[in-house]
Amino acid sequence: MRWLLLKDLQILRRSPLQAVLLVAYPVLIAILVGFAISRDPGKPRVAFLNEVPRNARISVGGAQLPAVGVGGRICRRIECVDVGSRREAIEEVRSGGVLAALILPADLVDQLNSLSTPSPGTPTVEVIVNQEDPVKARLVNDRISSLLARANLLIARRIATEGGRYLDLVVNGGRFSVLGQPVEILGLGAGARILQALRPALPPGPLRSSIDQVIRFATLARDNLDIAAPLIDRLAQPIVVEKRVVNASTPPLDVFAIAVAATLTLTFVTVLLVAGSLALEREENAFPRLTRGLVSRSALLGEKVGLGVAVGLMVTLLMLAAVQLFVPLHWSRFGLWLTAILAAAGALGAAGAALGAAAREVRAVSLLAFMISLPIAFLSLIPSGAVGPVLFDAIEVVTALFPFKPALEAISAALDPAGPSIGGPLLHLAILTVAYGLIARFALRRFAAA
Amino acid sequence: MEGAATAALEARGLVKRYGEREALKGVDFAAQPGELLAVIGPNGAGKTTLLSILAGIVRADEGEVRLPRGEVGWVPQQAALYRRLTVEENLLLFARLEGHDDPRASVEKMLELTALGERRGEIVARLSGGNQQRVNIAIGLLARPVVLLLDEPSAGLDPRQRARLWEFVSALAERGTTVIFSTHDIQEAERYGERLLVLADGESLFDGPPQGLREAVRREAPEAASRDFETAFVAFLHHRGH
Repeated sequence: MRWLLLKDLQILRRSPLQAVLLVAYPVLIAILVGFAISRDPGKPRVAFLNEVPRNARISVGGAQLPAVGVGGRICRRIECVDVGSRREAIEEVRSGGVLAALILPADLVDQLNSLSTPSPGTPTVEVIVNQEDPVKARLVNDRISSLLARANLLIARRIATEGGRYLDLVVNGGRFSVLGQPVEILGLGAGARILQALRPALPPGPLRSSIDQVIRFATLARDNLDIAAPLIDRLAQPIVVEKRVVNASTPPLDVFAIAVAATLTLTFVTVLLVAGSLALEREENAFPRLTRGLVSRSALLGEKVGLGVAVGLMVTLLMLAAVQLFVPLHWSRFGLWLTAILAAAGALGAAGAALGAAAREVRAVSLLAFMISLPIAFLSLIPSGAVGPVLFDAIEVVTALFPFKPALEAISAALDPAGPSIGGPLLHLAILTVAYGLIARFALRRFAAA
Repeated sequence: MEGAATAALEARGLVKRYGEREALKGVDFAAQPGELLAVIGPNGAGKTTLLSILAGIVRADEGEVRLPRGEVGWVPQQAALYRRLTVEENLLLFARLEGHDDPRASVEKMLELTALGERRGEIVARLSGGNQQRVNIAIGLLARPVVLLLDEPSAGLDPRQRARLWEFVSALAERGTTVIFSTHDIQEAERYGERLLVLADGESLFDGPPQGLREAVRREAPEAASRDFETAFVAFLHHRGH
């Protein structure tokens, strides 16, 4: 078997371009995919036109609120490209220089202020998007909607805070400034107390009854408006999110990204190498000559899987060593890494052997390996809840039949010190190794007869 | 069966079925040591199936193959070697897999035998078809066979390469190796085969020397006897219902 292994390595060495592609391409793709799923989408570039006058303020009850700074806050969450006019904004969107344009019209604050008048207007902001790409359009819609929801929340909170202050003045009294002049507000509580003090001085009769009514109203109003203040505050954000983690086994995003990158690398290197080298025996017509008594079919399969495991392990470890430059890894868990990678490579190699035994040519088998591995890898990354339950169950079944997902789980668990047990994924991989090994062995019988 | 007791290889009642189709219908023959036996017949006659059964690659549904004294070397029609390895690397690999005590010495011997010594370091893919076939045969010979099976060995070779190939194969037979080769080229079979085994639709129609086939053709297809041998052979097959 070692002579066959040596021969395969000689063939790999003879095809440096193929060898580099076999190693470099999966590593590159794996790193890109890993980092793509672990990083924020980044700040989208949005053309921003703020036509609201600088001194415009939202007012409540005739008093102006301090500047909310919505424009500044928006530009913290997106990359604002300042434009001077609507036409310029539209041109930027059309040319693709920005994802969208957001225009705050000059009358926005007036419209907001009109909400507390008998004839309320509709405060509106204008969003210009380019719908040529549905994915991009959805991203922009989600981003802009989220930004506006935040802006609305901010304004509502300011209004609620100011409203609460005025309500407090009405209930408890205090100082208030009107046109720069301080005004002393008595408040319902103090008013009721004054009336209470005056009441004994009044003779029984209709006037005293009226005073009693006013005292009752003031007391009732004070007691109930005390409750109204926090209610107004809550109106600004009626629902509060309380996050509770029920499955604490999820690895940190960086670790998960590295696990995805490592598993993708291992998958492509191992599956392609095993499938390709097995198909090469057929393409070179060497298979019948070898299995006439020189090598048993099981030994040939073992050699191919061994080749895939050895090269896959080496490339994956090199990739992890390179990743270490950017993200610290727990090298103290190296034994677990090795276990996970070897188990994963074994199952992936067996799957590659089954694929290799099914095709006649190296090119066909390489295509087949890509066609199966890539979609399975992407399906394995779909989180629960992202699709309907029936579809997710179907995805779970499909991904459980290929070693990518258990390999990812095993490598994630090996990389993450706080991760779940590695036992389950290792058992899953062992079962798949045996199953694919048997399929490959059976397919080799056809391989020779064909 | 004549000479079966001393035969290097003996086949009895070989039957092979692929689904409903019978590729071989009870073929019997024996090959003597140092004999050059040509298996001829039109495409689909069962030549490759017969050689594959003799080589042990395909299992016969009925019948048996007896090989009293040693190994069978098999040289498939398409070169079964690694085109990205050099001539020497290919020979060394198979010598090691064959379990030779001194694989390098065996390689040297094969390089000398096939006159490929100067090409030993060349990648096989860069060799001519004829030279690739020589390496292919050399690998077959590494099994130190008593019987060498060659499946259409001259297919795709130019006349000069063919002449070299047959010179080499004839020399092997002279040294005592039984050579069984298949071909659909009647002239080639007649020129190099000491004995001919004619197959058509899996049936054995003739087993004997080339002269015997000519006589059988003349007897059974007299209308074509005066024409060239290939035309007369086709007429003979036609008379036999093929």
